[in-house]
Amino acid sequence: MSIATAQENAAQEFSAVVAKHRMQIFRFLLSSTRDVDLAETLTQDCFLKAHRNWSSFRGESSAMTWLMRIAINLQKDHWRNRRMQFWRQTQLHSVDLNEASDWLPSGERSAEEQLLARERVGQVGAAVKGLSERQRTVFLLRYVEEMELSEIARATGLNEGTVKAHLSRAVAKVRAELGGKR
Amino acid sequence: MSFKDNIPDEQVERARLYAEQDPELNEALRDFRLSVHAWSEAVYVRPRAVVEHAQRRIWRLATGWALGCVLVAGGAFGGFYGHLHRQQAAGWEHHPQETGIHETSAVKLEQPAVVQRVQQTHNEEEDLLAKVDSDVSRQVPAAMEPLAQLMAGDETR
Repeated sequence: MSIATAQENAAQEFSAVVAKHRMQIFRFLLSSTRDVDLAETLTQDCFLKAHRNWSSFRGESSAMTWLMRIAINLQKDHWRNRRMQFWRQTQLHSVDLNEASDWLPSGERSAEEQLLARERVGQVGAAVKGLSERQRTVFLLRYVEEMELSEIARATGLNEGTVKAHLSRAVAKVRAELGGKR
Repeated sequence: MSFKDNIPDEQVERARLYAEQDPELNEALRDFRLSVHAWSEAVYVRPRAVVEHAQRRIWRLATGWALGCVLVAGGAFGGFYGHLHRQQAAGWEHHPQETGIHETSAVKLEQPAVVQRVQQTHNEEEDLLAKVDSDVSRQVPAAMEPLAQLMAGDETR
């Protein structure tokens, strides 16, 4: 197989990966940062970085886990950045996670059930907002992206026990938020 | 030491399992997931506000150019003024008489009205003094003659 063909195959593979996981990465970054512009920028950066390092991806974990790890690191770097600290203080473009409750699919619920469900979603959103960065990341990966604990551990670079501990704390806070307002 | 070290593994696992067995919490988490999915998809496909950004960029560019122009103009004017000032100073050093002539002619050109006004004031003062002198030097009345003579005698002495 010639070099040109190999490069073409790699490009096609990468395009397929982008098409498959772009939405998921964007969703995670949006729910984590609560900032549409920032989530879009970080998603772009994530795939740019992935494209540059695609040849070094050995397939030891799934492409999704690998991409998620890049996204988490980019997000961390971004928050560490001084400019971002100013951004965090002002949060000009930030949106409330509670906004998500407006998008709750109605399903086959009555109006009253829908209202209750929306209220609960709002409470979960408020609890998630109050979590620490690490707890929020683990919580979102588990309950929004439905990743396995082992995958979360690989994506975050933590060991599985630590992931469980963070998850447990996060769930306890969410439960307290739901219980306190019930 | 991380906080995880304070929590035994079984307790962590129990809490997680409890969370996953709590039907109400489970439902809330499921609804939260569905909402976030629907919301992010809506945000993802929405039309982007490119115009607003473009307008903002244009304004920023225009402001930048305007400030740049002001800075350049200020710098150029300052430089020119400094150069002129230095040239003048150098001219005074090299041709002091010439500059003196220039100065005098400039004063002549600039201040004819002022000179005229000063002259007029001077004339008025002269007239006033002359009047005072004439008043003072009036002839002494006859009744005061002895006293005047006495004062004249004092002055001569």
